[in-house]
Amino acid sequence: MQIAGQSSRLGWAVNISVFLLVFLWLIPTVGLLVSSFRDRDQIVTSGWWQAPFAVDLTFRGRASVDDMVMQNGLFVIEGNIFEDPEVAPSFPEGEGLVQAFGTRGAAPTQFQPGEVAELRRGGTLTVNADGSFRAENTEEFSGRGPRIYILAETPPELTLNNYATVLTGKPADERQAARARGDSTLDMLMDEDGLFINFINTFTVTIPATIIPILIAAFAAYALAWMEFPGRGLLIAAVVGLLVVPLQLALVPLLNLHNQIGIGQSFVGIWLAHTGFGLPLAIYLLRNYMVGLPRDIIESAKVDGATDFQVFTKIVLPLSFPALASFAIFRFLWTWNDLLVAKVFLPATDETKVMTVKIADDLLGSRGGDWDILATAAFVSIAVPLVVFFTMQRYLVRGLLAGSVK
Amino acid sequence: MSPLLQGLMTILIGVGGCVGYFYASNLILDKVIFPASGPKAGRNINRANAIRPWLFLLPAVLALGLYLVYPVIGSFYRSLFNRDGTEFIWFGNYITMFGDAEFRTSLVNNFLWVLVVPAAATFFGLLIAQLTDRLSWGNIAKSLIFMPMAISFVGASLIWRMVYANNPDIGVINALRVFFGADPVDLLQVAFWNNFFLMVILIWIQTGFAMVILSAALRGIPEETVEAAIIDGANPFQIFFKIKVPQIMGTIVVVWTTITILVLKVFDIVYTMTLGNFGTQILPSYMMSYMFRDDGRATAVAFVIMIIVLPVMVWNIIQARKEMR
Repeated sequence: MQIAGQSSRLGWAVNISVFLLVFLWLIPTVGLLVSSFRDRDQIVTSGWWQAPFAVDLTFRGRASVDDMVMQNGLFVIEGNIFEDPEVAPSFPEGEGLVQAFGTRGAAPTQFQPGEVAELRRGGTLTVNADGSFRAENTEEFSGRGPRIYILAETPPELTLNNYATVLTGKPADERQAARARGDSTLDMLMDEDGLFINFINTFTVTIPATIIPILIAAFAAYALAWMEFPGRGLLIAAVVGLLVVPLQLALVPLLNLHNQIGIGQSFVGIWLAHTGFGLPLAIYLLRNYMVGLPRDIIESAKVDGATDFQVFTKIVLPLSFPALASFAIFRFLWTWNDLLVAKVFLPATDETKVMTVKIADDLLGSRGGDWDILATAAFVSIAVPLVVFFTMQRYLVRGLLAGSVK
Repeated sequence: MSPLLQGLMTILIGVGGCVGYFYASNLILDKVIFPASGPKAGRNINRANAIRPWLFLLPAVLALGLYLVYPVIGSFYRSLFNRDGTEFIWFGNYITMFGDAEFRTSLVNNFLWVLVVPAAATFFGLLIAQLTDRLSWGNIAKSLIFMPMAISFVGASLIWRMVYANNPDIGVINALRVFFGADPVDLLQVAFWNNFFLMVILIWIQTGFAMVILSAALRGIPEETVEAAIIDGANPFQIFFKIKVPQIMGTIVVVWTTITILVLKVFDIVYTMTLGNFGTQILPSYMMSYMFRDDGRATAVAFVIMIIVLPVMVWNIIQARKEMR
């Protein structure tokens, strides 16, 4: 609806400022997403915002003595640097554009293409823009031949390689070696070095920790909403109060308790902990929802002789489905994204860690500057919540509103 | 046994156990203890109905008691003991803690967080809610701004570590600095201001939450009040500040306090970004630095957080009781 008096200039200002805000909000995530698909070398040499453009990278090849021939009394090596075995893998089409070249690793871009460079051990080298080179010497080239360094434009490259590396914990060459040994894809995924095992662990923690508290809370919420008994008001007040108890308080006493009764740091322990911590909000939200159900239906069912148990399972539970669904999504996101509870209640070994702990404690510590690994790992960990978020947004919003707006 | 299988079994046992408990306990109550037949049928039904609420509540009350009430007492008790729990030292942990400069830093920082994050998130949430209210593509915009809610604090921290990265070929901010001719700086080490750079992450996440709720509240405002203001010649800013905001003040307060509580609990961001170094320590991350090392100190910090939260807790309970009447 157009408000009277709202000028079109204001309308433009609104459109532009919302666009800017959305842009600001998205930029960080887009950066991470783009980086996770980029080649490791490209990430450190150009920003992710330049991902669609070519990147200048330096390469190292060699004018091999195998190609040495005699021409007019000179020893000559000719060839194309883009066909060199060390360079070729980055240029699958066998051609590229040389921006500069050099003869020493310390100055790989000393000469322009076409210039004649003096070689340290005698002779000269020329590299042309198309990659063809010619080395000349009055004596035979010593060793395996002179080194050639080039700066060449590499085409933008998007790769899934980072994902394979992160999920298996092995870079491409190690994956090849493992495959040569006869490891199957599943063997590599289930290896404790990779993030995949932590991905599975996160699922293992999340699903029971989502379902069990909701079930327990649903019964309690029904009792608090529709059953008359002394102490009901007190219990509701207690639940509201417990909503804000900081989790931090529970860590030490409960871990000690778990250790004493023999659960220790384990999946059972974290399921119990998540169940306990999730209950107040679950009871509070579900009670708020159930109180709003029409009184007539419930009372007429009771008049017809239904017990509370029947009323609950046959009437209230099906009617509460929207609230249950939206809270389930919340719990799922919350436990999936949790770091604190997992850090305290799960053992700190690679095969039991969940993704958040693995990323925060291992990857950030040991691979703090490897943005190919970090960006990919982060994206693996946020992919499932994002899918859940975008497919179930309606329920999510509904759940939020149930908790806060009367 | 693989954890996945263990997980499946737990779901079965847990869910089956819960359902079984509720079903069986009801059955026993109705058929065995107080059967609704025989000479005392009427009295039995009444008795059964008096007990049934507690059957429904039992698992929840047990879990709440064990996992939330007991820890409050247990933590306080533990905080009166020394590092390994062998010696009762009264408030020794609290005294040494207040003498620790790092604790005082984290107290001040936490105060800053509580001041800035809820205010900024609510402000941006309200701003976006109002701006997108009449926009044709408002729902898409809102859903994109809401998105960070789904991202873990660890994931969000990584995302922003990349934004703040020192290398101008990785970090957007330093790339902009270099583009405008300045030198790149390590933003996470800029004293004092680095706290605000960390807060940005939580604001980025929580604005969506504030926006969704405030947007619904704005929609709930009676159309007549706005129309009356327009007829009286109010401009859009006056309508917003003098008509709309006062009407949704209650919701704004709820959003504000919810985010405040969250701020007091979030340790993930500081932990992943700086580990509390460079003067960015806050209470929850300060506590984690003592967790597994000195339980006495860790519980003392946790209890300080509890005391800070206490007024909100009391206020919540009073509000809830008011509503129930």
